[in-house]
Amino acid sequence: MADLIAKSPCAGLLPVTHGTTSLSEVEMTTLTSVAPYKGQETGLSDALKAAHGMALPDINRATGKEGARAVWFGQGQVMLIGPSPASSLADHAAVTDQSDAWALVRLEGEAAEDVLARLVPVDLRRAQFKRGHTVRSQLQHMMVSITRTGDNAFLIMAFRSMAKTLVHDLETAMRGVAARGSA
Amino acid sequence: MRITCPLCGERDRREFYYVGDAVALERPDPDAGDVVWDDYVHNRDNPAGVTRDLWYHESGCAAWVVITRNTVTHEILSTELASKVKEAQS
Repeated sequence: MADLIAKSPCAGLLPVTHGTTSLSEVEMTTLTSVAPYKGQETGLSDALKAAHGMALPDINRATGKEGARAVWFGQGQVMLIGPSPASSLADHAAVTDQSDAWALVRLEGEAAEDVLARLVPVDLRRAQFKRGHTVRSQLQHMMVSITRTGDNAFLIMAFRSMAKTLVHDLETAMRGVAARGSA
Repeated sequence: MRITCPLCGERDRREFYYVGDAVALERPDPDAGDVVWDDYVHNRDNPAGVTRDLWYHESGCAAWVVITRNTVTHEILSTELASKVKEAQS
């Protein structure tokens, strides 16, 4: 059997740094869409806690930590990032492997908020958008999921097919912010 | 224009896709007859004033939202999840 080599969505494009902001690819990991059946949210949350140590996130929120995260991903949908899903989750939810479908990048730096302010029509400043908050919105014309993972760090997810555009749009904004220097 | 998604909160209009009159949530009975079905499929009012239509939060949470708005003042009067509206009907 052929020995296939996995190629990450942003291979050859990242990491990059402009000014104080850096953009890097999150190492490829297991991604699982978890969509609770009607009225099964509590049961699913208990199963998630028992199996992976985090509760089911509320709307616009993420739970867990680096390596095992659950991110609210739209109406009735959560993305489990990291762990292989326990079979107990399937008792309460539709569980679908999405591992190769999304490009995951990490935007870091003091000016990361300023970079996103050029691209995303949502207020992502820390006063409004704290660690553990997440949004589904647009980055330019592309639908994305954005989660604050640290004081100056964001996890951004886009369709794998849009990886090059994602990097291009982010880099253009990073260059623009860097050119202005620190105010 | 800003639209308040019942799930995501207040968002820019560009995240939403306009789908059409909220009459789509009131599908007639299959045996309701030609007149009722003709009305449901083809006839729409075009009022200068308050309308009630369906929007899709396309690049947000992917929810269908019933939006009551004023076409003259551009005021958004209320937003609610289409799934909730449908549940309330049954």
